[in-house]
Amino acid sequence: MLEKVEEIKAEALKQLDGIDSVKDLESWRIYYLGKKSPLTQILRGLAALSIEERKTVGAAANRVKALLENSSAEKAKSLREVQLAAEAKEATFDISLPGRPWPVGHLHPITQTMEEMCDIFVSMGFQIVTGPDIEWDYYNFEALNIPAEHPARDTMSTSWVDTREGERQQLLRTHTTSVTARTLEKMEPPIRAIEPGRIYRYEASDATHVPMFHQIDGIAVDTGITMADLKGTLYEFSRRFFGEDRKVRFRVDYFPFVEPGVEMAIECIACHGSGCHLCSNSGWLEILGAGMTHPNVLRRGGIDPEVYTSFAFGIGVERPHMLRYGVDDIRLYFANDLRFLRQF
Amino acid sequence: MKVPLNWLKDYVDVTLPPAALAERLTLAGFEVGELEVIGGSWNHVIIGQITAVNPHPNADRLRLATVDLGQEQETVVCGAPNLNTGDKIAFARVGARLVNPYNGKTEELKPAKIRGVVSSGMICSEKELGISDSHEGIMVLSAEATIGISLSDYMGDVVMDLDITPNRPDCLSVIGIAREAAALSGQSPHIPEIKYEETATPIEERISIEIADPDLCPRYCASLITDVKITESPPWMQERLIACGQRPINNIVDITNYVMLEYGQPLHSFDYHRIRGRKIIVRRAAEGEDFTTLDETERKLTGNMLTIADGEGTVAIAGVMGGLNSEVTENTTAILLEAASFNAASIHYTSHHLGLTSEASMRFERGISAGMTIPALKHATQLIAELGGGKVAKGIIDVYPGKQEPAPFLLTPGEVERIVGIKVSLKKMTEALTALSFDCQADARQIRVTAPYWRSDIRQAVDLIEEVARVIGYEQIPTTMLSDPLPRQNPDPVLSLNRKSRHVLVGHGFQEVMTYTLTSLEMLTNLVPERTPPEPMPIRVANPMTAEQEYLRPNLRANLLATLAANRRHEDGGIRLFELGKIYLHRENDLPTEPDVLCGILCGTRVEKTWLGGNGSFDFYDVKGVVEALLQHLDVTADFQKSSDAGLHPTRQAAIVIEDNGMKVKLGLIGELHPKVADAFEIAETVCLFEINVTTLLPFATGHEMYQAIPRFPGTIRDLALVVDANVTHQRVLEIIQSYPLVSEVVLFDVYSGKQVSPGKKSLAYRLVYQSPTHTLTDEEVNKVQAQILNRLSGELGATLRG
Repeated sequence: MLEKVEEIKAEALKQLDGIDSVKDLESWRIYYLGKKSPLTQILRGLAALSIEERKTVGAAANRVKALLENSSAEKAKSLREVQLAAEAKEATFDISLPGRPWPVGHLHPITQTMEEMCDIFVSMGFQIVTGPDIEWDYYNFEALNIPAEHPARDTMSTSWVDTREGERQQLLRTHTTSVTARTLEKMEPPIRAIEPGRIYRYEASDATHVPMFHQIDGIAVDTGITMADLKGTLYEFSRRFFGEDRKVRFRVDYFPFVEPGVEMAIECIACHGSGCHLCSNSGWLEILGAGMTHPNVLRRGGIDPEVYTSFAFGIGVERPHMLRYGVDDIRLYFANDLRFLRQF
Repeated sequence: MKVPLNWLKDYVDVTLPPAALAERLTLAGFEVGELEVIGGSWNHVIIGQITAVNPHPNADRLRLATVDLGQEQETVVCGAPNLNTGDKIAFARVGARLVNPYNGKTEELKPAKIRGVVSSGMICSEKELGISDSHEGIMVLSAEATIGISLSDYMGDVVMDLDITPNRPDCLSVIGIAREAAALSGQSPHIPEIKYEETATPIEERISIEIADPDLCPRYCASLITDVKITESPPWMQERLIACGQRPINNIVDITNYVMLEYGQPLHSFDYHRIRGRKIIVRRAAEGEDFTTLDETERKLTGNMLTIADGEGTVAIAGVMGGLNSEVTENTTAILLEAASFNAASIHYTSHHLGLTSEASMRFERGISAGMTIPALKHATQLIAELGGGKVAKGIIDVYPGKQEPAPFLLTPGEVERIVGIKVSLKKMTEALTALSFDCQADARQIRVTAPYWRSDIRQAVDLIEEVARVIGYEQIPTTMLSDPLPRQNPDPVLSLNRKSRHVLVGHGFQEVMTYTLTSLEMLTNLVPERTPPEPMPIRVANPMTAEQEYLRPNLRANLLATLAANRRHEDGGIRLFELGKIYLHRENDLPTEPDVLCGILCGTRVEKTWLGGNGSFDFYDVKGVVEALLQHLDVTADFQKSSDAGLHPTRQAAIVIEDNGMKVKLGLIGELHPKVADAFEIAETVCLFEINVTTLLPFATGHEMYQAIPRFPGTIRDLALVVDANVTHQRVLEIIQSYPLVSEVVLFDVYSGKQVSPGKKSLAYRLVYQSPTHTLTDEEVNKVQAQILNRLSGELGATLRG
């Protein structure tokens, strides 16, 4: 029996020596070290032997098995090295072939812009609140100091919901300032809220008009809030959204729900203030409207204007994106052509 | 509002250069658009006088005009019909750049030989000079124009185009802007005094005026001028009107327009002799009354509209437009001039209901002050007397039932600081307000401020604070960050769920789209194979701009399919789209509900065709996989159950269902689009779709499972190839296998039906992982459980092991 073990060993090592591929090594391994290998058969047949023989043959077989396992591992290692050395010399592997495609998705540019804008205000302690797209006249107009027949209504052509006879009139909100009116009713000072959302205008589409677009309104209410805080907050927004060096201008403007009223403009992105087609030669681009919340609006929201002061602002979402990337037609955002959307 | 600087200079000394003045006005709330320079291009155009007009030797329609240019004379060929000896005209020398009236292009004037006569220069029309579109004849200048000076010195100007906010109707006027310009540059405006003689019969004896509806007309003033001659207005007035964008008509109409632009108060002139019964009544229209306005259009009035009536009927729609029946014509000899104050909301209502806006209605609906009537009326009366040769009746009629004393407001430095954020001394506040003609009575602590009569916008003390801030300049206000305590944050959890869902889908290669929330009935009808209208009907917009945008979307599916179809025209390969947005569902006696819905679409090849090969088109199991992945990201466990959505393929669809305390909550659907619906959207391939109501999902997506220890003991892998009847679902097999706790993982790795199994059968191959949390399983333990599993599968589902 011992001779047989030695024979197996000699034959196995001899064969192993001649092996030069991983595949052949695997066949060798299965033959000499697998469940049906000659060594296994010898070990299984030990029971038929005398105790003496059992000891010597068993020990010898196990020794050879261990030796073969080691040798096979050695062989595997050397084969890998040979293979690596061959691969290192390989000249035909073309790294310029395209990679296997993984689909790449994008958020819509307006979602990206809204998230970016909201993140800036959230970092300044504003919390995001939302309100309905379809609104009562009250929250869109009346509560904001815009009674029926007010000329400010003409600047916001309104789409009305087809309600039944006798039902209260509903409209598609013309600004997210409607959410400000709701926020003032719902929340107690101190308040810092931003209100992103869709807004609607009854207007025909062209390169600068679409019937639906996006806006973010904001409101801060507490004792001791001033126009200086309004300027600081909006300046910080501009600094982070439009960049450190972008000059900002605050001028007087009129919105019925604020007094004093403010318009913020940034230095023209295209001409840096020297005047061009984009800024109608003014050097400035109007970005947002703002102001100190009108006492009438605070009072309607149940907040005492003698105790609290408040600022409010509203910024469009599409326009800043258009200015930043030179998009010249607002309809592109809602045409959803993948060749446009994929660029962002 | 267009304001020519030369006109503005009548009332204020403009010391700033035009661009600097424009900037000051812009910062103070009066945005100046582009500055229009009149005459900026008039090089080589000088003023001349026609000294002789002779026939052209070779042409009947042309004449030879000799022009005195001061230093020299020129004779040029001219075809204009209005060549009159003695007229002052604009003469362009060779080299001038003029507008070619036939093509609108600017061209340089060259010497020309016209029908054999050399002509070196040209007498210009308004169109050639770029002043107006008029090219019927040459432009005739005022007789006072100086011969030989350049035209731009004579009538060159800078016109500011101002955007006047709706709260400042007083600034829809040259004087209004002059007051602002003065206050902003430290000057005082000088408004000319009005003087005229009243020589005719007192007005009270000629007409009576009654205000029947004083709620809509707080004040009505009138003057009467007789013996008037209707002619053209003088050139200086015409030039100013043209510069302001108005067309000259005749002296009376031009004067009323001129004074409106000057003072901001609309005026109306009636032909006195056409006023029947010698009386004017300001009253509401009769319901349904027909009335023909100046523009010869018949209008139907309602009982809410205010009219001006005479003894027999309506003669004007108050504040909006006059009537044809009392219009001033060339035969008019006596003018009844109206300057009134009307209720702003009423004028807005009337103008918008009639679809008729005018310069007058635009001013009235912004709420101009009743105090503005008299100065404007008097100046117009003076001008009619001067330029129309009329006699002014003694006195004016002033019916003023709505008279109110101006209410003073108290203003303290503390209140200004509370809003604006800077300390402003009483003195500085007083200076700022006084510059704007506010009356200020200051004591040690506060100022008592009364607004000038024209400031109808000053209604509260806070309005004065803006005035102070405006004059000081917003640039003087510092920038500070909010320093009040940070308010408590309670963000709506749906916002983060929306955000997370979007980001997960983008991570899975989906492109987000954003479609109009308004859609068409046709699109919604296309969503079912039978093309029946949606049930219930979606919410309709009462005034849709187009049929494409008439209904508020009750689902995202229609718009998304249209987006897919549109992109398919230029996009090969696989398309993965999603939208997350609101849908709108009717609710009785309340605003609609607006749940957030997520809808996604897969269409085309799973992997782009490349040198590495592709692997087939998207199908039901792709969309199911995406939804499973998404729900896993959101920590939501849901089942897929049979569903019957009419728009989807009858068998390849499933409802996404969550079991919640024994209740089944439907989150949405997955499936392949019904082929007929795909046809309706002109899509010729399989479209896979999912819809999830995020608002419904929200309560199930807020928690997170507790941590599970990583298994310490190795698992044992066993494969199990079963043959079952073709109608046995994977779900039923899975439920049995998973009921054994030692099975930690089940993977279905092959589904086969075909030659290798009997007809009506299919083979399902599973890989099972057996694992215990407490010890390494022995073969015997695994064998025992696997035998139990097989036993149940065979007993309950008739499953056999595949041989």
